[in-house]
Amino acid sequence: MAVSCARYGLREMFLGGVRSLEELRSRLSIEGQEAEIDARDLVHKEINDLIREAALSGARRITLLNVCGQRYIGTRLFLPQQDGKIEIHVYSTPGNDLGAFLAGHRIVVHGNAQDGVGNTMDDGEIVVHGRAGDIVAMAMRGGRIFIRDSVGYRAAIHMKEYTGKVPVLVIGGTAQDFFGEYMAGGIVILLGLNLKPGERHHAHYIGTGMHGGVIYLRGEVAPYQLGREVGVLELDDKDRRLLHRYVGEFARHFNLNAESILDDRFVKLMPVSKRPYGRVYAY
Amino acid sequence: MFSHLLPEFLVERRSDRCIKCRVCERQCPNGVHHYDTELDLMFSDESPCVGCQRCVVFCPTNALSVYPHPTTYRPNASWTREKLQDLKKQAETGGVILTGSGNDKPYRIYWDHLVLNASQVTNPSIDPLREPMELRTYLGRKPDTLEVEVCGDRVSITSRLSPNVPVETPILFSAMSYGAISYQAFVSLAMAAKEFGTLFNTGEGGLPREMREKFGQNAVVQCASGRFGVDPEYLNSAAVVEIKIGQGAKPGIGGHLPGEKVAANIALTRMIPEGTDALSPAPQHDIYSIEDLSMLIYALKEATNYEKPVSVKIAAVHNVAAIASGIVRAGADIVAIDGLRGGTGAAPKAIRDNVGIPIELALAAVDRRLREEGIRHKCSIIAASGIRCSADVVKAIALGADAVYIGSAALVAMGCTLCQKCYTGKCAWGICTQDPYLSRRLNPEIASQRLVNLLRGWSHEIKEMLGGMGINAIESLRGNREHLRGVGLEGWELDVLGVKGAGE
Repeated sequence: MAVSCARYGLREMFLGGVRSLEELRSRLSIEGQEAEIDARDLVHKEINDLIREAALSGARRITLLNVCGQRYIGTRLFLPQQDGKIEIHVYSTPGNDLGAFLAGHRIVVHGNAQDGVGNTMDDGEIVVHGRAGDIVAMAMRGGRIFIRDSVGYRAAIHMKEYTGKVPVLVIGGTAQDFFGEYMAGGIVILLGLNLKPGERHHAHYIGTGMHGGVIYLRGEVAPYQLGREVGVLELDDKDRRLLHRYVGEFARHFNLNAESILDDRFVKLMPVSKRPYGRVYAY
Repeated sequence: MFSHLLPEFLVERRSDRCIKCRVCERQCPNGVHHYDTELDLMFSDESPCVGCQRCVVFCPTNALSVYPHPTTYRPNASWTREKLQDLKKQAETGGVILTGSGNDKPYRIYWDHLVLNASQVTNPSIDPLREPMELRTYLGRKPDTLEVEVCGDRVSITSRLSPNVPVETPILFSAMSYGAISYQAFVSLAMAAKEFGTLFNTGEGGLPREMREKFGQNAVVQCASGRFGVDPEYLNSAAVVEIKIGQGAKPGIGGHLPGEKVAANIALTRMIPEGTDALSPAPQHDIYSIEDLSMLIYALKEATNYEKPVSVKIAAVHNVAAIASGIVRAGADIVAIDGLRGGTGAAPKAIRDNVGIPIELALAAVDRRLREEGIRHKCSIIAASGIRCSADVVKAIALGADAVYIGSAALVAMGCTLCQKCYTGKCAWGICTQDPYLSRRLNPEIASQRLVNLLRGWSHEIKEMLGGMGINAIESLRGNREHLRGVGLEGWELDVLGVKGAGE
């Protein structure tokens, strides 16, 4: 046992007491392409060690049971040498940064998710059968996220797109403040399915600093809830086709009727300029 | 609006030497020089001149001189020419005054008030030309103790080791993004880092895909608030991943690459649409606390399979020591501190010139605090801002740095003259521009050779200084304040630096 000379000590917040793969092997069962991991009392590194081990052993569908707040599920799956993407089913509550930097895999959460779902996600799909916390889809640059219920603050902040890569975020409920802040690309759809009749969306500063991408809103917002950098537009045919596709997908995930959702009025929020702060400086 | 601004520079042309070759006209991106075909004469309009000296260097007959314009307002120690000019510029535009490169105000430069020791009589000095001298530095977290197992004639380490990255000299190239600087300048830094065995830093503009395989192992890749160009492959191609919290030139504010600079290639590397502003928010929106920072540090460690050290770069500000302690406790393997004189491609002048603290004081305070807390070995410290020469490097290491970042010095080696007009995108030296006519002036083969020469020269000087102190490994100098003495410093400054006054 090493003796620490630290005067105030330093607690290894996440790595202290991490068990080796050998010690945890019994938590993992693999049958062909199916794997199951019992995540009870595991720390995040242990879970991801097991997920990675399962993936490298050929599993393509991994079920995580008894997940309770462990972070970064699916983050350590950048496996360029490996063919085929992996599907992870999470029961029941994953921790922050679920699928952060996700490299094209699919994660389905059977429960609620916490902060940072799909943080800087590169590609893939995340489906949450419940609600999600703050900064959903922060800096997301590809793939799709479907959240059945509401999300917290700063959802879709700084989402971006480039070349053919356009991230999509569909939220069934409503969102909190700074929704779509700094958005530079991507498609965000906010459905407001859990709002009561006459109830407005909750967010203020929607699309503040937005300079790319598009937000589709179903349900009411007052003009003062919008950021200065967005304009409100009516839908055209292209928008309707787009909504049809992604709301349809959303409805299939959660067994809802897409047509009745699409029957309601949507508005489109777009940035008024690609360069919102172009005139701030004296050259 | 009629401008009341005075020209900044005077251009003088000696007509007896000028051969009207028009080199100056072609070299100047600001349109200072002009040839009149009818009169067969060269004219100069000095008002747009930025004093970059490109025309002076390229004039084949040395016919040109460019120097600060002698026209001045009534001299006034309080209302200087610069203050009046800025005031007038703002009255005309209503904008924020932008500037480039580092703080040029006369804050005390502590490097120039610290002197180094040398061996005399009581211990021998070492001659690096004939004796081994170790500059190699390992960046990353070190174990509390090193436990070994001896098995016959084989010895193996049993302690859990964190990833460490070796550099052959304790000098790294500071974060300068592709987009802020030209592709040619970016590649030059990468080539030089690879050739010399050190690291360059991508800044937050991403690492072009075609460079990842060749230069990734010499790259520090940044993950900043805009998350530009961050994908799993980018993170995994690098030697070190750096979370950028702040920058010495503009602590507390974000970045802003104007849309007109976001051309196809830059858009692709940053992974944003062409022509849109690349806005880096002031904070990272997933980091509002040390706990949140910890979350991102471990997200990056997860994303890179715990194979790479994670660095956190902050600007040197008040309470920097406590902040650095929190960063180490959050799990960072490297703490990079950028001081008051750190450079930038563009920053509001009010911020650049007034926010932050000098790196010498910040570095000494951080090193001391981490030692007191017994966690100094848990991280490497990289000091940045205003490192102008090898002696500054040696002094930084004696104040507790493991290595230094050089930005301005590297740019100057490539041709930069610190004219501070980086933000205009019209760099005559082809460094801080995306205009292909200008950027192709910088030949990466030659520019990288200049950088390698600089690293070689400095490294040799560092060895000479170490040898003079009787030290044969840079490690023995780290935090070794006995080799420093202060000259012309006040008591509180010596206290913060942890250095005795000269003669003591």
